[in-house]
Amino acid sequence: MRALTVRGLRIDDTFAEAFGMRATAVVITAENARWARQAALTMTGFATSVIGCGCEAGIDRELTRKETPDGRPGVRVLLFAISTSELQKQLQARVGQCVLTSAGSACYAGLAGEETLRLGNALRYFGDGWQISKRLGGKHYWRLPVMDGEFVCEATTGLTKAAVGGGNLLIMGRDAQSTQRAAETAAAAITVVPDVILPFPGGIVRSGSKVGSKYKGVMASTNDAYCPTLRGAVATALDDDIGAVLEIVIDGLTAAAVGAAMRAGLAALLRLGPRRGAVRVGAGNYGGKLGPHHFHLRDLLP
Amino acid sequence: MTPLVLSLRRRPDQRLDMSPLVPHRLEGKSAAEIERIALQTTRIAVAVGDIFDLRMGDPAHIRIEGGCDRLDQIGQGMTDGEITVAGDVGTQAGRLMGGGRLVVRGHAGPWAGSAMTGGTIEILRSAGDCLGGPFAGETAGMRGGVIVVRGGAGERIGDRMRRGTIVVEGTCGAYAGSRMIAGTLILLRRAGPLPGYLMKRGTIVLAGGSEALSPTFIDCGAHALIAMRLMSDFVGAYSRRARAALRHPLRRYAGDMAVLGKGEIFVGTRT
Repeated sequence: MRALTVRGLRIDDTFAEAFGMRATAVVITAENARWARQAALTMTGFATSVIGCGCEAGIDRELTRKETPDGRPGVRVLLFAISTSELQKQLQARVGQCVLTSAGSACYAGLAGEETLRLGNALRYFGDGWQISKRLGGKHYWRLPVMDGEFVCEATTGLTKAAVGGGNLLIMGRDAQSTQRAAETAAAAITVVPDVILPFPGGIVRSGSKVGSKYKGVMASTNDAYCPTLRGAVATALDDDIGAVLEIVIDGLTAAAVGAAMRAGLAALLRLGPRRGAVRVGAGNYGGKLGPHHFHLRDLLP
Repeated sequence: MTPLVLSLRRRPDQRLDMSPLVPHRLEGKSAAEIERIALQTTRIAVAVGDIFDLRMGDPAHIRIEGGCDRLDQIGQGMTDGEITVAGDVGTQAGRLMGGGRLVVRGHAGPWAGSAMTGGTIEILRSAGDCLGGPFAGETAGMRGGVIVVRGGAGERIGDRMRRGTIVVEGTCGAYAGSRMIAGTLILLRRAGPLPGYLMKRGTIVLAGGSEALSPTFIDCGAHALIAMRLMSDFVGAYSRRARAALRHPLRRYAGDMAVLGKGEIFVGTRT
């Protein structure tokens, strides 16, 4: 399976298999960057996997005062789900519970699109009749009276059906420390790529899963082939020198963005080198029959 | 592209209906055809060629040279393109306009922008009564678009306004925003008595205060709202002074409590 070694880093001849998803984006602003970030972190807190959280969400990037509609510091958040209805449900619940409630916040569309999801149009009822609609040019906002003034929320935000979820890198190192260092370095490099998020904590997932389980009704279970403690007991995918594996999962608004993110991650791993970081990189797939997007690692090398 | 120019030869003997002279109705017409268009409002026939010198050009941009208060309904129902008038206009300039841009370099008569739904009207001097307002029997006045008046305006501006934005940089008469249904009215200098009379919803900003605010408007305190920043950025493209006026905290009055009471008047706290 391993085809090449670049600067001492073993790159598996494999590919990440990714799926089409529905995605949307919102811009959250607040009086300062700390509170914009706080609202975004709360909104995206429990949003690591569509399996258990309904959606995958994360911070795309922080925005300066010049980049936001109201001239305050902001954050752009991306949300991904498997269906438009679920995405609508998650967007409404998360903005309603985590952004509306956050001190000094405002929420705007973060994506232009012909198809839209209801944002302020769904939350306006919180205003109990005191909500105010404002159309300024082509924009439509709702103003909801709240205890610290008004919550301003754009009526709708864009929806894309071209989003891609499940781009990934399996980062394998000699021990937990070097693997974590490598994964952190790759995650940091991917964070600057626009239109992508890493939905797991700190951008990294340590409990990679396989489909199915020996237990009835459990949809996913531990990816035993990549568990170093099971190396002798199962059909392992690990070499003798691998002591830990961490995965980076990437969701992007387009397939190109996911490709760019994986490319940036690989480049960062190569820069760090196998002495301090990962010794081997792989990617997760299901044999290529389930997901329409295949990101071959050899095509993404810098 | 060279604009299509209509130069007024003399003051017309009767009021003229200029509504046929809008870009989408002149498209594809020859000079002779345009000159034959009837403009009269009495039994005495007046065609374009009788009263204007026509210089052909792109009808998407019409320039009327030599304005007159007898030129009514200029830009009525226009959907796109641009009309510039180098002088005064009569009543109903830009009435029922749906898009495009109308610039009046002089004064405009009453009902300018009446019941318009889109586009932009800029009046460089003053506007008459009922700016953006409905005709008798119409349920709503202005329903979209932007009107900017650099000078003052008459009474009952924004009457029954439903959507859109009006900015008046000068003073204006009584009952500004009367019976407003929604929309935004920004008055930069002192407004006449009883602004927002019987308004249901909508926003009126009185940067320069008013002569008398109705007691049916209730003080809700001074606030620096995010919505005002958005409004400031939006109107800033049309009026730098309006942009600046909305950047300060404003005192919010809710009303008109004589009716629904969900409208608001913001008054500059520095007046």
